[in-house]
Amino acid sequence: MNERVRLLLEIADDELILGWRDSEWTGIAPYLEEDVAFSSISQNEIGHARALYELAAAELGTTADALALDRATEDYRCAPLVELRRLEWARTIARHWLYETADAVRLEALKASSDPELAGLAAKIDREELYHRMHAEMWIDRLLAGEEGWAKLEEAVLELWPYALGVLDDELRPVFAERARARLPFPLPDVEPVTRGQHTAELAELLEEMTSVRRSAPGAEW
Amino acid sequence: MVSVQAVWDALAGIPDPEIPVISLVELGVVKDVAVDGNRVRVEFTPTFLGCPALERMRGQMETAITALGAEADVEVVLDDSWSTDRITPEGREKLRAAGFAPPPPREAGVPALVQLQSATHRCPYCDSAETRLENIFGPTPCRSLRYCTSCRQPFEQFKTI
Repeated sequence: MNERVRLLLEIADDELILGWRDSEWTGIAPYLEEDVAFSSISQNEIGHARALYELAAAELGTTADALALDRATEDYRCAPLVELRRLEWARTIARHWLYETADAVRLEALKASSDPELAGLAAKIDREELYHRMHAEMWIDRLLAGEEGWAKLEEAVLELWPYALGVLDDELRPVFAERARARLPFPLPDVEPVTRGQHTAELAELLEEMTSVRRSAPGAEW
Repeated sequence: MVSVQAVWDALAGIPDPEIPVISLVELGVVKDVAVDGNRVRVEFTPTFLGCPALERMRGQMETAITALGAEADVEVVLDDSWSTDRITPEGREKLRAAGFAPPPPREAGVPALVQLQSATHRCPYCDSAETRLENIFGPTPCRSLRYCTSCRQPFEQFKTI
């Protein structure tokens, strides 16, 4: 697997798995607007994953669906941050903001890439992600505006911080850390990142559920 | 041999699957048409990557080209070439008439939350600027929800991308 395919799969897996996690709010979000928002964000993320898988699939001689659904758990390249199942609002918002902030740093780097296909797709994805970032920023403001929200957000961010640092590589991580520290009003410690390449137990459970329909009818097309 | 214009005309007859008041050509998703012998190549630049209508649009374009007696090759362009600015003036007017506020132009700069929350978006029903953002997200990826405080009508606002 070349460096380009590795990068495409990392981002695609992040977007697919986070898209799945976001979709877990469909029907049960705290109120209707957020039900719509997280369902829509989920749909966008999975759309980004598909486009990225298609570029990887063209190089690997396979299909986007096969990459998304037929690999072994250990072959997924997603960051542990997106695997965590935290069906709790403060943690959902904390992860949403941490991921979007890290993803923005990554997309900026990709947009400047000398690979025109990667740069073009990154620019397209970034236009959609802009709305995710606005939504995440709005929620950070909202939670910080009250004592209870602040406390819950701080606790959630601190729990997820080592995972968030693991989304980016050594080169881009400091850019993300600096932005997070500039935005959040509480201290973020220097900790060892939970990096890509290891998986939480939650990923296997997610894949079991996500691929169940595909496995029930191998080769079927919809 | 089918002419390039005949292909454009055929594609202009395909309604958007989700908002059938405008055609795929008015929506701006057809980037280029090329004819080579019996083969028609269309560059299709998708709207939002997660839009479930994309596959349907692609299929409808293939069907329309096949109906002209040509072989269809619809290529999806995965770059930044589609923008809401590609929606034609006629398309924008049709959207507004159908109750969808058309997207503000991209030249206005990168949209920011403060702009979305401002009252500069006009109600497609009564043209009042007294509107407020209800939700950045809406029934499809391309739309936000707003509320007009003048005529008390919720409406859908196209996102600028």
